[in-house]
Amino acid sequence: MTQFTKDDVYYFAKFARLAMTDSEAESYASRLSDMIGFADALKEVDTENVGPMTHPLKLINVLREDIPTDRLDREEMLKSVKEHEAGMIKVPNIL
Amino acid sequence: MNFETIVGLEVHVELKTDTKIMSPAHAHFGAEPNMNIHVTDLAYPGVLPTLNKRAIDFGMKASMALNCDVATVMNFDRKHYFYPDNPKAYQITQDERPVGSNGWVEIEVDGKKKKIRIERVHLEEDAGKLTHTDEGHSFVDLNRQGTPLIEIVTEADIRSPEEAYAFLEKLKAIIQYTGVSDVRMEEGSLRCDANISLRPYGQKEFGTKTELKNLNSFNFVRRGIANEVERQEGILLSGGEIEQQTRRYDEATGQTVLMRIKGSANDYRFINDPDLSEVHIDEAWMERIRAEIPELPDARKERYVNELDLPDYDAMVLTLTKEMSDFFDATVTAGADAKLASNWLMGEVSAYLNAEQKELRATELTPEGLSSMIKLISDGTISSKIAKKVFKELIENGGNAADIVKEKGLVQISDEGTLRKIVTDILDTNEQSIEDYKNGKERAVGFLVGQIMKATKGQANPPLVNKILLEEIAKR
Amino acid sequence: MTLLTKTATELQSLLHKKEVSVKELTKESLTRIAKIDGDVQAFLTITDDEALARAEQLDNQPLEGRGPLFGLPIGLKDNIVTKDVVTTCGSKMLEDFVPVYDATVVEKLNAAGMVTVGKLNMDEFAMGSTTERSAFKQTHNPWNLKHVPGGSSGGPAAAVAAGEVPFALGSDTGGSVRQPAAFCGVVGMKPTYGRVSRFGLVAFASSLDQIGPITRNVEDNALLLSAIAGVDPKDSSTSPNEVPDFKAALTGDVKGLKIGVPKEYLSDGVAEEVKNAVKEALNVLVSLGAEWEEVTLPHVKYASPTYYVISSSEASSNLSRFDGIRYGYRPEDAKNLEELYLRSRSEGFGDEVKKRILYGTYALSADHHKDLYVKAQKVRALIAQDFANLFEKYDVIIGPSSATTAYEMGQLINNPLTLYANDVLTVPINLAGVPAISVPCGFADGLPIGLQIIGKHFDEATVYRVAHAYEQATDFHTSTPDIWEGK
Repeated sequence: MTQFTKDDVYYFAKFARLAMTDSEAESYASRLSDMIGFADALKEVDTENVGPMTHPLKLINVLREDIPTDRLDREEMLKSVKEHEAGMIKVPNIL
Repeated sequence: MNFETIVGLEVHVELKTDTKIMSPAHAHFGAEPNMNIHVTDLAYPGVLPTLNKRAIDFGMKASMALNCDVATVMNFDRKHYFYPDNPKAYQITQDERPVGSNGWVEIEVDGKKKKIRIERVHLEEDAGKLTHTDEGHSFVDLNRQGTPLIEIVTEADIRSPEEAYAFLEKLKAIIQYTGVSDVRMEEGSLRCDANISLRPYGQKEFGTKTELKNLNSFNFVRRGIANEVERQEGILLSGGEIEQQTRRYDEATGQTVLMRIKGSANDYRFINDPDLSEVHIDEAWMERIRAEIPELPDARKERYVNELDLPDYDAMVLTLTKEMSDFFDATVTAGADAKLASNWLMGEVSAYLNAEQKELRATELTPEGLSSMIKLISDGTISSKIAKKVFKELIENGGNAADIVKEKGLVQISDEGTLRKIVTDILDTNEQSIEDYKNGKERAVGFLVGQIMKATKGQANPPLVNKILLEEIAKR
Repeated sequence: MTLLTKTATELQSLLHKKEVSVKELTKESLTRIAKIDGDVQAFLTITDDEALARAEQLDNQPLEGRGPLFGLPIGLKDNIVTKDVVTTCGSKMLEDFVPVYDATVVEKLNAAGMVTVGKLNMDEFAMGSTTERSAFKQTHNPWNLKHVPGGSSGGPAAAVAAGEVPFALGSDTGGSVRQPAAFCGVVGMKPTYGRVSRFGLVAFASSLDQIGPITRNVEDNALLLSAIAGVDPKDSSTSPNEVPDFKAALTGDVKGLKIGVPKEYLSDGVAEEVKNAVKEALNVLVSLGAEWEEVTLPHVKYASPTYYVISSSEASSNLSRFDGIRYGYRPEDAKNLEELYLRSRSEGFGDEVKKRILYGTYALSADHHKDLYVKAQKVRALIAQDFANLFEKYDVIIGPSSATTAYEMGQLINNPLTLYANDVLTVPINLAGVPAISVPCGFADGLPIGLQIIGKHFDEATVYRVAHAYEQATDFHTSTPDIWEGK
């Protein structure tokens, strides 16, 4: 798929929780088609015996001891929460 | 047509570490909302996860106890979905390389043993807690966010609600023995979902399955599966088709209820988390964890039967929880007869715990205390009847049986001379009973024994009383 | 004016002799910002009160034990988290976001005795190369106000070039320190991945992001990197490698140095004047005893698409936490959760960010995960191998930092593919995880040209040594834009 349709935009926007107008969707469809076309070049690279590089610096066993530290103060936390009650973060109706 | 029930279980178990799996916040049940939090749990811009070493240890330990292969190389993946209890909108979990795989648990139903295979055991973060209100909004508490979990996924090897129940009991016992979790369903440290499908006997392919959630006790798992099997059977027999659904068990009605229709499946977009390193487990690490695993329920059961000559049933009941089993072992080590110890633990002790709704560790009874009492029974110092009084004292106030017996003057009267004097006194005042007995009314002896016991406050040695009584009657 | 042209070492000596106080230095920086930032527009937040209070406090500290950066003013790109100081990331999403913690680099700057004077403009969530994608303001290139400063660290590069601060920290995911440094005629370093903690850097693409210093000269840059580098228990991707004394590496000696110059870095896509400046620079290095050869990086032509797949995929993951619930933009009257999500994210994020989230969501989706995301990770491995192969034979690799000088404002904003293609000189370095610096190497039409020096993993010392030797043999770094003189 190198042609990205408006429906494709809406499909992926749903997973990313993005809303948009029809004309925005149209614009994204065209620009994402370009991006996907741009990535077409990768197909010609022979990666038959190549493993994916997930980490640029290969470290192993970077682990933390099981000791509690740096507790976040609840009042500090609530300062950036727009709506809260009884120390809890309020969210609107979950459909 | 007859259908075969096919069940696979997904069990989430919270691990009992001091801190969360990806942040150094306290991981404890029951704090005030949002008190056990770290900036990482809030998913603030710029925060990064740090992997708790003990969570890996615990994941390995549980995997080994469930007979799994433990991964020598593993990593953590991000699983994406939006929900208010999931602050990053991704959960850190293990997708491709779980800590454990290819394990099994042996269960026994109706005397038949069977292995339930375990596909995988993976480590992941728990979500926060959402509370819904009547006014339509919800509240988020992130204390639980990031608590380490293992998810145990079985193969679809379970064939009945009873097998599911037996599997969970066994799983719970094994996990509890390893000490990596409290496995308390009521506190949410063990949660279970069931995948259920039916197929005609003889058919190889599985039918369409439904996922059953909200199973809050082992009994609900059993009833929920039974009800779902009934529902599916009804649909299939009337020519219908099973729809892939997520359903929930309603405790009030005993029915399963539709939650959502699957199909528009989420796309979790897994990626290997670039913020976390790979974990490599070498032989020394494996060995260290292996050495920490205690004797597991099956091994103990076998030892009780083979070395202590307990019946299978006793061995099974005693090993259901590690606490009971440890208590039993300590009681026997303290010198008690194994069968008597088993009888007391399964009988009086269990009855007391049930009646009082208490856990064994919340009582004053110690293995040494119980053992001291059993020894007094064995050597005839006290009767079983007296023992019940001593037991009550031991379990409520603790201490040693010999001291209680001494203090309360509960020692059994086994001196022949003393008893003969009491017997003759009783016979002297009950001539009618002697007459009755000689006329064939055997019950009269019971009356006379009762009188003697009353006179001795129940402390007379019963066999001895019988013997002397018959001798004295014969003399008259 | 004269004070801020001095090097850190010179300023430190003045502080020691009590010829100048920390407060005077801080005031000089703040005065300059007040005077010219209306034209440059580099700062999003100026923390003048906090800075002056801190300066006063620092002046009271004893002379003993002061480090080489003690008392010196610095500006931070606004994706570096600062406790109690609003951190916007150039986005409406975080317009009023006040963090409750400091980034590890901020703790280190504080420990070094530096004075933060403010937060600097950037492309929204660091996605861009012109700083035109900031939700708040347009930063201008101090050398020519009609031109962009580059990006995404356009604010930091412009602030240093304009003499507002002698030090700044930027972040570099695909060139976002080096390209604006080149456009603004300053020195910008992208350290080895894992050299500097990312804890407190708002994540764009976690496997590519690095914080890097932007300064007016190489020595200052080396000092600043020494101050912020090192393993951090809060960032599991930091290397436990020892951090060398980078200043000690500035020996001026490049005799026998082996330089590889990839032919892909001097291809037709690179402007003639830029190619000439790079060749001139190579001549300077040869005159100092180095030798160079043309080499090839066969897979770099795939670097841009590879970069956009990987960085957008990781961004779509990292930016999913902005949901309007715990912090950040949240519409007042959302009727239900779904509306809260949709409106927070659609109204809070700008167009380019949304486009990249969509692209990343696509690349990670079940149907494309393997042929796009995993494929790009495999090509990434080949690109990294290209560099590893060259570094078996060469000490450094050299080329231009950017194919052109700074664009005119608005020139390319609607031409993303040209912009993305221009990243080809910088993104391979992030994909490979190696360090690279941009140093000034000339001018064309009054706009600076940057020379890029790329090193082996964790060999910033050699990169600095070469950059410093070159710098000392030339005088481009001493030129200042007209705006310095208030013209």
